Amino acid sequence: MREFKVKVEVKLKPVVLDPQGKTVLTALHNLGYDKVEDARVGKLIELKITDSDASNVKERVDDMCKKLLSNPVIEDFVVKIEE
Amino acid sequence: MYKFGIVVFPGSNCDHDCYHAIKHVLAQDCEFLWHHETDLERFDCIVLPGGFSYGDYLRTGSIASLSPIMKSVEKFAQAGNPVIGICNGFQVLVESGLLPGALIKNSSLKFVCKWVHVRVENNKNLFTSNMKVGDVLDIPVAHGEGNYFCNPQELKGLGENSQIVFRYCDDKGGITPESNPNGSIENIAGITNKAGNVLGMMPHPERCAEEMLNGTQGKLIFESIISWLNLNKKVTGRA
Repeated sequence: MREFKVKVEVKLKPVVLDPQGKTVLTALHNLGYDKVEDARVGKLIELKITDSDASNVKERVDDMCKKLLSNPVIEDFVVKIEE
Repeated sequence: MYKFGIVVFPGSNCDHDCYHAIKHVLAQDCEFLWHHETDLERFDCIVLPGGFSYGDYLRTGSIASLSPIMKSVEKFAQAGNPVIGICNGFQVLVESGLLPGALIKNSSLKFVCKWVHVRVENNKNLFTSNMKVGDVLDIPVAHGEGNYFCNPQELKGLGENSQIVFRYCDDKGGITPESNPNGSIENIAGITNKAGNVLGMMPHPERCAEEMLNGTQGKLIFESIISWLNLNKKVTGRA
């Protein structure tokens, strides 16, 4: 068995308005960072998983994302696996 | 008299308000259901109340939508029985897939707690049968994530199947951006499933079901459910 560190990034789909991101953008502009053109706020979920091989892990985590970690109506997810 | 079941998740906080409105104002039989229960045979209507189930962790309603009781609620709904989700209950219904779309953070980023107006958009479902299309209800909202979102195809479907039940409006029934408290797409405040027996709504009918609370129009929704049960109880075999 190997131990994997998995990072799941969950982001709002580009078509979904992100009022939190807009507020962060305004705050950055107020601080003088006027070259920032856009800001989107998402989530980072870190998992520790023990399994025999990486392809199993990928499959399982994709499943977890569809069932719980993300809402496919409004969010996209990216899975990164490290050993 | 009909039997209403009020589902209680850890963090539900409008369960007792619903119980009071149904039991004491509408004089119906009512029971709390802990979210581990799975037998809904004895009920005529299931209520998913408002609150902050599981502390709104991850996404509002997401953890509650995976509770053991939700599989039974799905079966109960598929059999054509009435299910109403109010506020957090609406969030649980969209997360569970019983209703389309999603509820995201209010466009203002603020928790909104106030009285609003909603317009009845259709009365061809069991929740608004005692109202007229165009009726304006005075009803309170209290939520941080009530901003209804769905993709354009889903929105088209909602319109075509008459699934949009309530829209936020001004006191005369005008659908305006100013009367939208949370940024919901097309001012949507409440929708049903295609069959019309599952309703999700952000406003709180249980908080305006008696004179003492300065509003009684919420009662109309519960009375519509009871009217439907009166007509259909023989079909469902419940009394």
